Amino acid sequence: MENQFFVDAETLSPAALAKKHRLESDPSSRSDHMDYLPDMERIQSGVYQQVAAHMENYDYRRYTAAQVRAALEHEACSVEDFKALLSPAAEPFLEEMARRARRETGRHFGNTVYLFTPLYIANYCENYCVYCGFNCYNQIRRMKLTGAGLEREMQVIAASGMEEILLLTGESPRESGVEYIAGACRLARKYFRTVGLEIYPVNTEDYRLLHESGADYVTVFQETYDPRRYEQLHLLGRKRVFPYRFDAQERALRAGMRGAGFSALLGLSDFRKDALASALHVYYLQRKYPQAEMSLSCPRLRPIVNNEKISPQDVGERQLCQILCAYRIFLPFVGITVSSRESARFRDGIVRIAATKVSAGVSTGVGDHESKYAGAPDGGGGDEQFEISDGRSLPAMYRDMAGQGLQPVLNEYVYV
Amino acid sequence: MNTQDKLVLGGREFTSRFILGSGKYSLDLIQAAVQYAGAEMITLAVRRANTAQRENILDYIPQGVTLLPNTSGARNAQEAVHIARLARELGCGDFIKIEIMRDSKYLLPDNQETIRATETLAGEGFVVLPYMYPDLNVARDLCRAGAAAVMPLGAPIGSNKGLVTGEFIQILIDEIELPVIVDAGIGRPSQACRAMEMGAAAVMANTALATAGDLPRMAAAFRQAVQAGRLAYRAGLGRVLARGASSSDPLTGFLRD
Repeated sequence: MENQFFVDAETLSPAALAKKHRLESDPSSRSDHMDYLPDMERIQSGVYQQVAAHMENYDYRRYTAAQVRAALEHEACSVEDFKALLSPAAEPFLEEMARRARRETGRHFGNTVYLFTPLYIANYCENYCVYCGFNCYNQIRRMKLTGAGLEREMQVIAASGMEEILLLTGESPRESGVEYIAGACRLARKYFRTVGLEIYPVNTEDYRLLHESGADYVTVFQETYDPRRYEQLHLLGRKRVFPYRFDAQERALRAGMRGAGFSALLGLSDFRKDALASALHVYYLQRKYPQAEMSLSCPRLRPIVNNEKISPQDVGERQLCQILCAYRIFLPFVGITVSSRESARFRDGIVRIAATKVSAGVSTGVGDHESKYAGAPDGGGGDEQFEISDGRSLPAMYRDMAGQGLQPVLNEYVYV
Repeated sequence: MNTQDKLVLGGREFTSRFILGSGKYSLDLIQAAVQYAGAEMITLAVRRANTAQRENILDYIPQGVTLLPNTSGARNAQEAVHIARLARELGCGDFIKIEIMRDSKYLLPDNQETIRATETLAGEGFVVLPYMYPDLNVARDLCRAGAAAVMPLGAPIGSNKGLVTGEFIQILIDEIELPVIVDAGIGRPSQACRAMEMGAAAVMANTALATAGDLPRMAAAFRQAVQAGRLAYRAGLGRVLARGASSSDPLTGFLRD
């Protein structure tokens, strides 16, 4: 396995190092990633089989310019059209794709762009995902926000004018359990109109509790939809169980959540196949749950604390733009979020084409909004999950979006 | 000719028969849109107005324009009722446009749930304008439930496809006592004009303006198209031949008595 990811911390014990190295080098030391753990709920779904069949048979090299042209001329974009738009044959058509994407975005969203802030409330993690700054072998400052500290962060963000918040945790049910997250949701409802979650996958009954506590959107990144690659990257912990993660959004929707967010982390595997699978995951679930509000993200790999070498490899800005245009043309009604992993320049451009939601005032650390955006001294919060690229505050983002002729929207939501 | 041609809804009289949407363009264009459209009624999403600070859409709507808050985001009657009550609390008045969608892709209305919500809200004194799929039986049920008008869709929201459901809207116009306001799908002034010629009481548009090159100018074009269509309807359309000219050689010319 090629390795841009593995980094050993000096402080690990010899036993921990030995286990880490064995996990990295010896596949037989790892659990079966397709096996559920005993407490993990299994649902009857069938969506994975539909997505996987397309993904396995997707040979993007066989598409031609003629197929791309036809796809752009079709009023409704079929799955086959979408495959052509994601293929290398579509690269010379990027400007035409962007124009079509812009038209679709305008029809469905007008010129509105939604703004939100993510709040990392805990960075404990029990998994070894080799590319992630929170992974359990990475020596970083760990913490979780509770009580007054948590409320203070929310107050600082709310005071900036933000009305939608996305609460995130590392994946540690032990350190940041469902009850703790539910408490954070109830607190967030005091300060924000919309509360979304990006936490470890849970069972339906836990999603129901979180929904009743005020959360209405659940985002889960599958990271890669290729189970073989997934197995090589997620070496230890609950997150290693691939199918349980895949069905997370469906469990959340069954629990009454209004919306679900999806993504692969581009750069981990074959990005065209991952982009195809992400969109088809949305497509098939939307057919099953037509009332759900779906959204897609498009994160690319970023450097992490203790490993600056991590990069999105073959997913350049042109490829990312192609993927987003293809998403918009195939799924004109879905929200598309572009995170602060991308530069201000890229985000300013892509909101005019396909994206409908951007974050502002972002920190991927724990408990440092006040020092980063409200001028307070650094209080020594928890370390960051990855380096962001676009550090614009809410007022700066608001001004820049309006300057592009877009209407920033801080809230369009009623919790019912 | 009688020049008094008012649209009456909930006891309020409107001269303009063009209802403006507000959700898809910049807030600072609302005033110009209202002015050029000559609109007296503007829709807005309650969930958008439910905002804390910075820029509230409510602050951008000129005085004297009747607010028509909508319940977008509601997935069933109960949620629509909840949102309608919130609209009242926010000071949006008693008009409510019911939008209930269980489909995030096409945003097609759920007629059954809409009837239920209409019944409840009409009972609470709201002036209820339900967005609906043009079905005659449903329209009759909405009348009985206390609606002030019905708002059938011409085509899916945002599609700009025009009067795809035109034949069925015509049936509603012919059979229903309430005003029929064509909502959704109207993409160009000529389509708005046609709806008015057919006898629609009013037309609503949003995306058609929002995606136009020059929004105020397009608003003015819609205004004139709606007025022209209304005038034509009131004038009574003359003979419109389906195909070619009529034969000058009558088929019944052989008859002798």
